Amino acid sequence: MANTPDYSWPPMADRKIIGKSFKRLDGQAKASGRAKYTSDLKMKDMLYAAYVLCPHGHARVTSIDTSAAEKVKGVQAVHVIAPAGTEVQWHGKEIAAVAATTEEIAREAIRMVKVDYEVMPHFVNEQDLGKAGSRGKAAGEKVTGDPEKAFQEAEAVSDGVYGIPVITHSCLEPHGCVIQWQGDQVMAWPSTQFVTGWANTLAPNLKVPAANIKVKMDYIGGGFGSKFSPGAWAEVGAILSQKAGGRPVKIYLDRVAEQTIAGNRPSAFGKIKIAGKKDGTITAWQSDTWASGGFAGGGQPPLPYVYNNIPNTRLNHTSISVNAGPSQAWRAPNNQQASFLTCSAIEDFAAKAGCDPMDVFNKNAGYTPRAEQYQYQLAKAAELSEWKKLWKPRDQRTGTMRRGLGIGVNAWAGNGHGCTARLTINSDGSVVLEMGTQDLGTGTRTIMTQVAAETLGLQMGQVKLVIGDNSLPPGGSSGGSTTVGGVSAATRKAGVNALGKLYEAAAPALGVQPEELEAVDGQIRVKSNHAKNMTWVAACKKIGPAGKISETGVNETRNPMGLFSGGAAGVQVADVSVDIETGLVKINRFVAVQDCGLVINPKLAESQVIGAIIMGISTALYEERIMDNATGRMMNPDLEFYKLAGIKDIGDIVVHMDIREVNDKRGVIGLGEPPAIGICAAVGNAVANAIGKRVPYMPMTPMHVLNALEGRNA
Amino acid sequence: MSSTKDPKTKNAVSRRGFLGGMGIGTGAVGAGLLEREAIASPAAATVAGPGAAPITLNINGKPVSLTAEPSVTLLDALRNHLDYTGAKKVCDRGTCGACTVMMAGKSVYACSVLAIDAQGKPIETIEGLPVDNPISTAFVNHDAQQCGYCTPGMVMATKGFLAEHPNPTLEDVKNGMGGNLCRCGTYMGIRQAVLEAAKNMKGAKNG
Repeated sequence: MANTPDYSWPPMADRKIIGKSFKRLDGQAKASGRAKYTSDLKMKDMLYAAYVLCPHGHARVTSIDTSAAEKVKGVQAVHVIAPAGTEVQWHGKEIAAVAATTEEIAREAIRMVKVDYEVMPHFVNEQDLGKAGSRGKAAGEKVTGDPEKAFQEAEAVSDGVYGIPVITHSCLEPHGCVIQWQGDQVMAWPSTQFVTGWANTLAPNLKVPAANIKVKMDYIGGGFGSKFSPGAWAEVGAILSQKAGGRPVKIYLDRVAEQTIAGNRPSAFGKIKIAGKKDGTITAWQSDTWASGGFAGGGQPPLPYVYNNIPNTRLNHTSISVNAGPSQAWRAPNNQQASFLTCSAIEDFAAKAGCDPMDVFNKNAGYTPRAEQYQYQLAKAAELSEWKKLWKPRDQRTGTMRRGLGIGVNAWAGNGHGCTARLTINSDGSVVLEMGTQDLGTGTRTIMTQVAAETLGLQMGQVKLVIGDNSLPPGGSSGGSTTVGGVSAATRKAGVNALGKLYEAAAPALGVQPEELEAVDGQIRVKSNHAKNMTWVAACKKIGPAGKISETGVNETRNPMGLFSGGAAGVQVADVSVDIETGLVKINRFVAVQDCGLVINPKLAESQVIGAIIMGISTALYEERIMDNATGRMMNPDLEFYKLAGIKDIGDIVVHMDIREVNDKRGVIGLGEPPAIGICAAVGNAVANAIGKRVPYMPMTPMHVLNALEGRNA
Repeated sequence: MSSTKDPKTKNAVSRRGFLGGMGIGTGAVGAGLLEREAIASPAAATVAGPGAAPITLNINGKPVSLTAEPSVTLLDALRNHLDYTGAKKVCDRGTCGACTVMMAGKSVYACSVLAIDAQGKPIETIEGLPVDNPISTAFVNHDAQQCGYCTPGMVMATKGFLAEHPNPTLEDVKNGMGGNLCRCGTYMGIRQAVLEAAKNMKGAKNG
């Protein structure tokens, strides 16, 4: 066929499999404990690795002696990562590692490693910009319009301080892998969000060709942006394996290391002023912000967020270096911070102007890239949260338990990553779909299978899916909400391409041209005369001597062909009650109105949105990395004092998926990120509305709430 | 509402309880106490360790033997020394519930029980349940999992919870399942899954 085949999605009304809430395909394997994560693997002669970590915030290794550890019975390899003279910039930095026949022996052996440190000065808390000194790097002022004049002419000006702390990914399955290095061959079973690219990142560090590194992974126990690269541990594991004569080594971080060094979301703090009119119209924005993502600094939120066309703005930002574990991408990098800073300031402006914040968000929607969309969503969120009935101005709340409502907004690009699917139709009618991708628990397995089945006119059970292996056609990294767009487009193309070949094989038997055929309900039939048909199996029997058709479908990021897009918007409303005597914040209800495109599986899509909200509620109420100024150490590298929300803490969650034909036409849009963005914003605003005062710092713990009520600065 | 996961549960033995009982560990429980106990009790307890000791566990109705140091937790014994990997190691100190198994009919955190102390008590892991048991199936039906790493622990916690509360209300579920943490945010599905499992298990003696 000379022409480009028609890859477009079938019209909504014609879909048989896409758009249906199939149960996730790996659900039973996971829920019965049979699914083997790489951290579950146990193989012959496998060794267990353990780390010596730096106990100081900043230090130089002056000597290291591993001789005692080497003598421990069962220790098979010892590797010094930070030899004498190495300057170490954060608590938890890897110093040495051992591999032993049991985990117990490995843990005992690391206690026998003697390390002497010269402790050096550290700086670990960036909340106070004034203390940052030389650790801060200013980004340079950005001015648009005439903010000076706008502030002078303003009828109302809000002026607030806001802060969102560093939080840690806290993946339940820690970072790590099982890895075996024999000669110039490496076999790895990592926990990763990027099966295809993992080897390519590791190869230069080991000086082994990427082609010689085989990677396999069936399941991953959480990543959230922190598990793209192999991390230092894969290299260390490989070296230990080589030193131990090529035995496989299991190297997973223990919980302390996982919380300390395996990833975190940068903080963001800001002094923000908004100017405007008494009717709620915003005319100017001024922000002085600072943030840290660890020793390398980093973390600049895009401000003002969503409302980014405010005509008069003045922006300053300082990136601060602290002696603490490095940040990793976190479900919409910098957007959560930006949404929190922006929506908090808008809410405070609304209070200053004496307006209902719902009206202010609505009235200023012209500053957003999609005014109509946000206005539609604000109205929907107001309806679902009973805003008109439940919202009251800040000073009209009385009693001990005070209820409040608050708004958060989101926007995310999405789109589809580059990837390749291969679809094989065998002459016995069986079908295999392959890609070197991964299912993070987002439902990638299920939606890929749905797309293939829909395209071929088959049932779900007739398509076998193989993923999780870097010898398969390349998958993309599962980040940026780009997976669903990428894999669904590539699968659709592979399916259409393979079907074209099948039509060529089957057409002569039906006495028509291949172009006249379609695949529906397990049949290959003539479009204009459905009575002229053959079963799927009969058609596959016509496949030539090769015995199979195997076609690929390539998704090109820049050529979506209408199959996917980005730019999802969303509005969320938190409804909380605050006990002003104890400072406890309780979520009553959380409403999310989420823009989406073509939804392949509504149940899984809704799970994504609900999951993002629950994670967000956890960050809004409990999560904070606490650094100790005296020792430079992380104080809560565990799950007792680094708190995660439990089943009782999340209130009720109401999700409105905006599934409409107008959105369906935009193609597939990823949902991992957008709904995760605005939760801190909404909860913070709801608390401010409830108690009549801004609680400047996340999370909304009793301490922070009571400090605000008492007028104390934390 | 108390779940069987309450740390004060009489039948469950915590790591700390074990150390106290054996008279090893902190200075507060000194050697003197151990001596007195030895004198008071003519049939002195066999002292195991510090080296590896033979341990026999009754797992899913079958005796299973291993050799491990007395300090090895039931969780490490299951995952590393044997091959029962449904129970996951997440916090490793009795906070998250990912390692939940049943011991002597109660749900316990396997990270907080010593393997040597679990001898003589029937242990049920998720591998002892059929793949399509009513609890796991309810979790699938309500999409009560994403990455799935917390799920086996959630399923076993549900089993323990329903054994004590066969007719739970939604409020009961919120309280009784509070000992298990999920990072992907699947609690809404879990609430419904536990209620459905309760309904489907009526009359069924075991999950």
